[in-house]
Amino acid sequence: MLTLAGRRLAASIPSLLIILVGMFLLLQLAPGDTVDALMAQMGGGGDAQLTAELRAFYGLDLSVPARLLNYLWRLVQLDLGFSSIYGKPVATVILERLPATLCLMTASLSFAFFFGLLFGVIAARRVNGWQDTVISTLGLVFYATPSFWFGLMAIVLFSVHLQWLPAGGMESIGEGFTGIHRVLDIASHFVLPTLTLGLIFLAIYLRIMRASMLEVLTLDFVRTARAKGLDETRVITRHVLRNAMLPMVTLIGLQAGTMLGGSVVVESVFSLPGLGRLAYEAVVQRDLNTLLGIVFISALLVILVNFCVDLLYARLDPRIAKETGG
Amino acid sequence: MDFSRRAALMTSAAIAASVNAPEAALAQETPRRGGVMTVHFATEQRILNPSLQASTGVYIVGGKIQEPLVDLDAAGNPTACLAESWETSADGLTITFKLRQGVTWHDGKPFTSADVQFTAMEMWKKILNYGTAVQLFLEAVETPDPLTAVFKYSRPMPLGLLLRALPDLGYVSPRHIYEGTDIRQNPANTAPIGTGPFKFMQYERGQFIIAERNPNYWRNNLPYLDRVVWRVISDRSAAAAQMEAGQILYSPFSSLALSDLARLGHDPRFEVTTKGNEGNPRTNTLEFNFRNPLLADIRVRKALAHAINIPFFIENFLNADYAKPGTGPIPSVSTDFYPTAPMPQYPFDRAMANRLLDEAGHRRGAGGVRFSLRLTPAPWGEDIALFSTFLQQSLQEVGIRVEIVRLDAAGFLRTVYNDWNFDLATGWHQYRNDPAVSTTVWYRTGSPRGAPWTNQYGFSDTVIDGIIDAAATELDPAKRKALYADFVRRGNGELLLWNPMEQLFLSAFNKRLRNYANTPRWGSSSWHDLWITS
Repeated sequence: MLTLAGRRLAASIPSLLIILVGMFLLLQLAPGDTVDALMAQMGGGGDAQLTAELRAFYGLDLSVPARLLNYLWRLVQLDLGFSSIYGKPVATVILERLPATLCLMTASLSFAFFFGLLFGVIAARRVNGWQDTVISTLGLVFYATPSFWFGLMAIVLFSVHLQWLPAGGMESIGEGFTGIHRVLDIASHFVLPTLTLGLIFLAIYLRIMRASMLEVLTLDFVRTARAKGLDETRVITRHVLRNAMLPMVTLIGLQAGTMLGGSVVVESVFSLPGLGRLAYEAVVQRDLNTLLGIVFISALLVILVNFCVDLLYARLDPRIAKETGG
Repeated sequence: MDFSRRAALMTSAAIAASVNAPEAALAQETPRRGGVMTVHFATEQRILNPSLQASTGVYIVGGKIQEPLVDLDAAGNPTACLAESWETSADGLTITFKLRQGVTWHDGKPFTSADVQFTAMEMWKKILNYGTAVQLFLEAVETPDPLTAVFKYSRPMPLGLLLRALPDLGYVSPRHIYEGTDIRQNPANTAPIGTGPFKFMQYERGQFIIAERNPNYWRNNLPYLDRVVWRVISDRSAAAAQMEAGQILYSPFSSLALSDLARLGHDPRFEVTTKGNEGNPRTNTLEFNFRNPLLADIRVRKALAHAINIPFFIENFLNADYAKPGTGPIPSVSTDFYPTAPMPQYPFDRAMANRLLDEAGHRRGAGGVRFSLRLTPAPWGEDIALFSTFLQQSLQEVGIRVEIVRLDAAGFLRTVYNDWNFDLATGWHQYRNDPAVSTTVWYRTGSPRGAPWTNQYGFSDTVIDGIIDAAATELDPAKRKALYADFVRRGNGELLLWNPMEQLFLSAFNKRLRNYANTPRWGSSSWHDLWITS
């Protein structure tokens, strides 16, 4: 198992390098640099000497290959560089933003996974019944709704009209909550974003789970289990579920990355200080170091999640561990 | 948030019930102490110190913490702030400011002329955008005593120009914090220390900024508010929802979608207005690249202007409350400089446009097309996106095919002002109280390549250059006004640039606020007299 993990990690290093270099070159193609972006914020009025000073200040006076090599050399030393928009080390900036993204990601993935599983099983057990129809239709609606629209409508309903939940932000400002009150306060701010981000994924999970259940239910060992005289609940939980879960676990690994990207919209709508918004800001402001730092950290996160998924596979299906570990 | 949602609901109901009460009743209210002002902060800035960066995004925060030498009063005239009085020598080379006594920085140190000297020489003259141009001929600031700052210029500086520039370009920073440091990297840039009514407390990037009441503020017993909180909300629709939920009380500088502003304007809990933004007018621009021989021909430029029905556009896409047809680079709210005599104009006249294009030798070819142009719109402002599409369709009618090239902020500035890779560009010209600050640079020859919002258009008009230079050092206000009328006449006559519309920013206010929008640069001002009803 560990050899497999090691192989996986080794294989991800070249792809990480390709992503970083590609990103660096791609951003060179975008017209304008971070000083242009700063000028746009300033509303002009900077003289030539000032802009030349600023370009030197941000290290833009070097050639593109020199800057790329500098960047990679620093990366080898585990230095992500300095962010031009935030005026601090990129590592600090990303660490400040990571908690919001991780909270949102974990909460939405768990929400989507748990309810996707539940509704998928219900729909499969009552296939073509009214429960199945309701669940499948709702799933389609969630899947087809753009998340920014869903988020805005949730704000209008729950924050503006009902006033049950806060409209945005990560916590109440200046209330000085501590301990459990602070946790509850932050949790209340995450309810709507989690639902918004999670619903699309819930729709996917429930469809996959339903299909997978239906397939497994027709297999021979299920008939054997029933013939043994096991009751239906035992058959589902002990025999069918475990086998039907495999595609779900695969999806989680794939979607951890998608969720990092999908959170740009949700973070903007709910004013959450996460990595998605930081990445967007970094592109608009041409803050290359920050953007590459985010790509780097996100790639690490995705690799980590996939590593966990691999471990989980082995638990769910011992054959996998035998085949690859041997 | 210091108020509960229930309280917010009840107050909004109370306000809804009292909207019919006469305005006079409001005027008699006694200001309430306490309360938290919450502000929509749409675009995060790299720094918050207005001595180093002149832009509304910085003033909206830094303007409450730091103060300028001179501010604008309700009528838009220069009024004392950190400077109590000023006088100029007859030759315009020496301008003396008497400073306010008993002012202290937020860290307790006294405010003196040494701070003014340091800020003027090291920040306004060297780093501050627009400041570097205004203070180009500032030689020295002498400090004969702690409350006197004497500005020495090597060329005459019109007192009126300096006083109109200083509310934006005259914020003072503490010398003892900045001296001997790398000014660009000083931590005070994002944690400013000033003399203003609010003390900086905390900045959580991507979330909020907090400033608390300054108990030692020089205006006795002010400010009324306990705290100001700026909430970072990048999504415009989400900001509108937070406005409705009472999480923000003020959204400045047209930061909401036009449709949301129109909707909030009909809600009795809110006021959507241009009031308080008269000091930040802008004109829309149509910029021509003279390097394209088609556009170097004045008949073609005139034809383009004649082909656009501006009143129709304003009526159908914008709103006459905040937009009107432009008459030149100096907007009509600038009473000191707006020319009284009529200036050359190019009203909508499609037949004339067609005739001019025919005369210029551009006959319609296959499919009725005369020629094609690339239009690069600036990415800020909904009106610019709308206007670029309107331009495209209007010009189609006279046989000009327009391809729209959309870019983001950095890309737009680089492509238009550095690479000159455009035919037409459209965006905003921000007028800053005096044409010498940010207006004449659009016309004057000799701006270095790459300087945004300057003449990068490939024309060099010696007549207009002469007028601009004469006006910049003319000391007699009446003569300066006459020179700027000549400037507009020449600019419009040659149609070097076209200013099709002039606009004011829209602000959205929660009506629980009092004393809001009471000066022409209110969003940038210090809010020392702002208060909130309970």
